Amino acid sequence: MDLNTTLDWYLALSAVLFVIGVLGVLLRRNVIVILMSVELMLNAVNLTLVAVSQGRADVSGQILVFFVMSVAAAEAAVGLAIIIAIFRNKLTVDINDINLFKY
Amino acid sequence: MFASILFVVLAIVAVAAGLGMLIARNPVNSALWLVLNLFCIAGLYLTLNAQFIAVVQVLVYAGAIMVLFLFVIMLLNLAELPRLEAFNWQLGLAFILGMAFLGLLVYTVAVGLHVLPQAAPVAQSALTGTAPSIARQLFTVYMLPFEVIGILLLVATIGAVMLAKRRFI
Repeated sequence: MDLNTTLDWYLALSAVLFVIGVLGVLLRRNVIVILMSVELMLNAVNLTLVAVSQGRADVSGQILVFFVMSVAAAEAAVGLAIIIAIFRNKLTVDINDINLFKY
Repeated sequence: MFASILFVVLAIVAVAAGLGMLIARNPVNSALWLVLNLFCIAGLYLTLNAQFIAVVQVLVYAGAIMVLFLFVIMLLNLAELPRLEAFNWQLGLAFILGMAFLGLLVYTVAVGLHVLPQAAPVAQSALTGTAPSIARQLFTVYMLPFEVIGILLLVATIGAVMLAKRRFI
């Protein structure tokens, strides 16, 4: 399979996945699902990076994906810890009820 | 040919799983849909000949991160989870046998039509996706970022423990 002819398909797929992630962040009110949508967006970008990296036969893009995965793991750990802390205080994970900085 | 078919199937399942995550009402269902999506993306990495990233994707994302998500969902006990029904052994066995029979039929037809995957020619891109080529760059050119990311993970671990501790906020 020629990678260059199908690169467009990978980019289109990752765009679709990214949009689904954005919709999840905008539409859902559960904080945990919002964090999962952020992970989906990170994955869409990772797919782009790997597709372009393999299309150009250059390793650098995949190393960047490696680092993105590490940062995503750290982000998930800290984000979920924050959710647990908020849940202890307010007994909810609904984004509409977490409005400490709103007013 | 085979890689194109694999790409189309994986792409459709990935998008469907993403929509499932978006639509599912129960956070546990959302998490499980996301796991399916992550596995599909790992398969897409394989179609791109990026074996190392595919394995890391399964280990880190589908393994570690999603377990963390599910753990937090169960810990917070958000809603009444649907009760597990007694597993119907007859139905399960029938499903497994049916899938095995389907696999056999598809394999036979694929052999007859000569559409089985051939050994792919070793292209340039097949060499850049392996662990040795990535490690060679990672431990020479990108050595400093690699060590910084280790410190970042340590800091994130300590921060998560501190934040999740009782009576922190």
